[in-house]
Amino acid sequence: MDLFDILLSASFWAAAIRIASPLIFATIGELICERAGVLNLGIEGIMVAGAFAGWISVWAGLPLWGGVAVALLVGMAFGALHSVLSVPFGLSQHVVGVGITLLATSVTFYTYRVVLPEVSSPPKIQAFQPYEIPLLSDIPLLGPALFSQTPLTYAAFVLALITGLVLFRTPLGLAVRAAGENPSAVAAQGLSVTAIRMGAVIVGSGFMAVGGAFLTMSAFDSFFFDMVGGRGWICIALVVFGAWRPGKAVLGAILFAAFDALQIRVQQTSLGTVIPYQIFLMMPYVLSILALVLMSRSAQVPAALMVPFNKGTR
Amino acid sequence: MRLEPISQPSLQRRLLPPAVAIAASFLIAALLAQIAGGNPFAVFGLIFKGALGSKFALLETLNRATPLIFTGLAVAVAFRAKLWNIGAEAQLYAGAVITVVLGTGALAWPAPVLLPTLAIGAALAGAVVLLVPALLKTRFGVDEVVTTLLFNFIFLLFVSYLLEGPLKDPMGMGWPKSSRLVPEARLPRIVEGLRLHWGFALALICAVSVWIIDRKTTLGFEMRAVGQNPEAARFAGIPVTAVILKTALLSGGLAALGGFSEVAGLKGSLTLDLSPGFGYTGIVVAMLALLNPIGVVAASLFVAMIFVGADSMSRAIGVPTYLADIMLASALLLMVLAILFTKFRVRRD
Amino acid sequence: MTAVGQGAERGTPVLRMEGITKRFGSVTANEGISFSLYEGEVIALLGENGAGKTTLMNILFGQYSADEGVVEAFGQPLPAGAPRAALDAGVGMVHQHFTLADNLTVWENITLGTQGLAALSLRPARVKAKIRDLSKRFHLAVDPDARVGNLTVGERQRVEILKALYREARVLILDEPTAVLTPQETDALFATLREAIAMGLSIVFISHKLHEVMAIAHRVLVLRHGRLVAERQVAETHPQELASIMVGGDVGTPDVPAMPAGPALLTLSKASAGALRDADLTLFAGQITGIAGVSGNGQGALSDLISGVLALQSGRMEIAGKAPDKWDARRAIAHGIGRIPEDRHKTGTIADFDLTENAILETYQSDFARAGWMDWTKARQHTEHLIQTYDVRCPGPETRIRLLSGGNMQKLILGRVLEENPQIILANQPVRGLDIGAVNYVHSRLAAAREGGSAVLLISEDLDEIMKLSDTIHVMSEGRLSPAFARGAISASELGKWMAGQGFEDAS
Repeated sequence: MDLFDILLSASFWAAAIRIASPLIFATIGELICERAGVLNLGIEGIMVAGAFAGWISVWAGLPLWGGVAVALLVGMAFGALHSVLSVPFGLSQHVVGVGITLLATSVTFYTYRVVLPEVSSPPKIQAFQPYEIPLLSDIPLLGPALFSQTPLTYAAFVLALITGLVLFRTPLGLAVRAAGENPSAVAAQGLSVTAIRMGAVIVGSGFMAVGGAFLTMSAFDSFFFDMVGGRGWICIALVVFGAWRPGKAVLGAILFAAFDALQIRVQQTSLGTVIPYQIFLMMPYVLSILALVLMSRSAQVPAALMVPFNKGTR
Repeated sequence: MRLEPISQPSLQRRLLPPAVAIAASFLIAALLAQIAGGNPFAVFGLIFKGALGSKFALLETLNRATPLIFTGLAVAVAFRAKLWNIGAEAQLYAGAVITVVLGTGALAWPAPVLLPTLAIGAALAGAVVLLVPALLKTRFGVDEVVTTLLFNFIFLLFVSYLLEGPLKDPMGMGWPKSSRLVPEARLPRIVEGLRLHWGFALALICAVSVWIIDRKTTLGFEMRAVGQNPEAARFAGIPVTAVILKTALLSGGLAALGGFSEVAGLKGSLTLDLSPGFGYTGIVVAMLALLNPIGVVAASLFVAMIFVGADSMSRAIGVPTYLADIMLASALLLMVLAILFTKFRVRRD
Repeated sequence: MTAVGQGAERGTPVLRMEGITKRFGSVTANEGISFSLYEGEVIALLGENGAGKTTLMNILFGQYSADEGVVEAFGQPLPAGAPRAALDAGVGMVHQHFTLADNLTVWENITLGTQGLAALSLRPARVKAKIRDLSKRFHLAVDPDARVGNLTVGERQRVEILKALYREARVLILDEPTAVLTPQETDALFATLREAIAMGLSIVFISHKLHEVMAIAHRVLVLRHGRLVAERQVAETHPQELASIMVGGDVGTPDVPAMPAGPALLTLSKASAGALRDADLTLFAGQITGIAGVSGNGQGALSDLISGVLALQSGRMEIAGKAPDKWDARRAIAHGIGRIPEDRHKTGTIADFDLTENAILETYQSDFARAGWMDWTKARQHTEHLIQTYDVRCPGPETRIRLLSGGNMQKLILGRVLEENPQIILANQPVRGLDIGAVNYVHSRLAAAREGGSAVLLISEDLDEIMKLSDTIHVMSEGRLSPAFARGAISASELGKWMAGQGFEDAS
């Protein structure tokens, strides 16, 4: 099977969209935080926590959407902790973010061991199943690729759309963007920068956790310790690549996922026997760094990103 | 809410918040231990006993602290200059790789020549690994947090490739593992019969050296100036970019020495599980030490104690070892908050 | 001038602050301040930096809550610590440092915070229509769809005023509104304000420029050290009286007698760098060369070029007749250029370094280190010498510099620069934010350096300062440098025309 065949197969694009879905959730979450001026490096750990929380809740008897809701809430809880430290206290967003990632990861692993002390392989759940949207899924190529996905994938795209609308068409979105551009403009108009930024971090963190939950509840049906595997860091690169715009970020995630799906398929071709598999596995990380370097010259970065706002500090 | 700087913080003001932070992280761990069905007092008793209760335990703790001193110093040096090196993990492996490449027979030199060569080679490798993100930062303005994090994944995959390919031990029964170091490439024990190698002494020497660089040399002055206010540093004529790159070299080199020390002192060969996250734990160590190089030694001992003790406690009563990770992660977050309270007071107005 | 609304029947004050006291730790920022503002009235709040004007306004706008006292708008008390309360009551503020987001459009900046956050649409058409209507009524021309980052300073100020008017403010607070304007733009602003008064608005005008206060205000309140020390009807006072009340005594200014120019020490010909375009400039020994102009017109680039922070893009720079082949901050210092930067907090000092470390920031390598090892003993002695010689009030050389007042910080920088006996001194806004005592100290030191044969380049947006001290004056506008004018050969209004960009076409 050569490259051309791969790129024209519906199963390839279906895989790309599936791989993109958790990235879309988490990238949108990160984008919301950064638009408000907070870099959230807790993303990796929050995704781990979300993956676990959603899965374990379903395992314990909750319906699938209940599991998604639990993941969302767990993500928001870690987001709340992040935002308290990084917004009113203005602590280094780098250190707080790394700390949240360490904390969320270790709390997750600890809980896993406490809840499932004896198991050698984690139990499986009945994950989200693909839902074929009537009519649309019959379109050749596009149908199977786009419209035969699980409900959580559709939710990812709807979320990106809604985020775009809220950010650019509503007073709330304007306030969020202004908080990331010049917080004193927000404060001078009588709005609370602290509340806006904290709210953005909490909500954004919730979406990150749902991105993690996608892995255990839609892409796979079980939880493994290394399953997030740096996807959070990749999403941070995707936010930059998408120039802090939800639409572009979604395109970036799909492009990225397509590369990922491609490398999996190329590994199985004759090339895969020549090139060590580690090279293929490196590709997502290398691409992320390349994306960061390529976009480094663009000036769309929110002007007050990583700048704490303390009114009246004397 | 408003933060007001304290002009002359009292001794109590400077010591109390960090102490409360550590105590609070113990309290959190105690609660979680209780949830897991372990009596907190028993849990902590077993942790201390497992880490300090016997000569063997104590030496194990010192051995575990050794790589943490290296990565902790690497992080402290970098963070002081506001170079956010989260990639000590990759740099540590870079040092380990060089140690194995040169130390498994490639150089048939006597130990007094070979060991320094390995150390220098390792440090250079780690320095180069951090130089790449540092250059991306200074040339393109790419945030080094993300690039160093991504490099950790890339480098670990690279090591995995090496261990299944060029560096694979032909006698290794198919395991991804390097050949063993030649005897001349092994760091001897400090005292014959005690399981503590010279890597620990090297770590202490590095800590003192970093302290001297920080306080007594122009480089230390420049690094602090660049870290505190790069704009003022540039205005004063300090070559900011060069200082950031020098910091990267020093930081990467220190982390890589940790890899050298682990392979040459403890393990004797390289496997993919050489580091259970020493690079990331180095961040916790450095923050607990308030980025002070001497404090890094103390913080490493503390962190190693928690880890070694938690291992032993977990074997005894089954509370998961991840309790130690939670404790240290919460200590990290509480400590950055505590540092804030040593300098500012919160006012409502 | 005849006052429009200060007649006999004053009715309820539109704004009343009563017995306002605010302490920060041991510092009392405001003490028992009371005043009332009536409809159609302009009152000026006059006072030096640190007199408590900003704190008072922050209390009015709920950023701080007062320890004692009440704030009332239109007879209704405003709850303390609620930033929205004043805005909702119809009090609007135009900040000195604009509170605008550059990457957003004009209309987005204006509508920010005026609609409920739960609303589903920003309704851009309605917002823009209202802005256009207000622009027309108050003669504040601005395009609602423009990105704020692309606007001139004058236009941005109009957006700030529109922001207040859009919220139907009946009281306007203007904090140092003319600091960033040319004299001509100031006239336009005053015209707008008079229009607003005629429509029944009331204004609090915060300033330290006496002639502007005399031109626009009906009543003047003078603050000193956090207390209201005097209240005067403008018609019954004169600038000299206000000045002496403001500083609490007579003000001595340094004498700068004419002296012959020495040799040219630094020459720029057709020099371009950053925002600086084709500048011709010569600095002579024993002369102060003043650069007048509204901030943000290329002064930063000129200053950075001479400081060594910015490299020349085209043209030529000669120091003592020779063009340096490489140029950076260290080389600038080595060429005998002493630099007093515009922002002493951000560029001049490192806040958490102690005085010693700050004192040797530029010379640690050459004077206080051997083979890479610091000589801290020598550094401390040097710092103690600076503290003594330049009268830096501080507990000692180990004090972190962030704890010093602006004046003492500037004295240390001054000492750091002057101790090296620089041939050329770059002083960029050297007295901004200082109290009169420190201002005079800095000015007299600069004058003394001139007398000692140094060439001084003084960049300031304060026209009075430039005209008082400079032997030669250039004006900067949009990155261009006017020809040199000798002292006394040009009037303030003439300079104002150059500041507004007139005259440059003929010159080039």
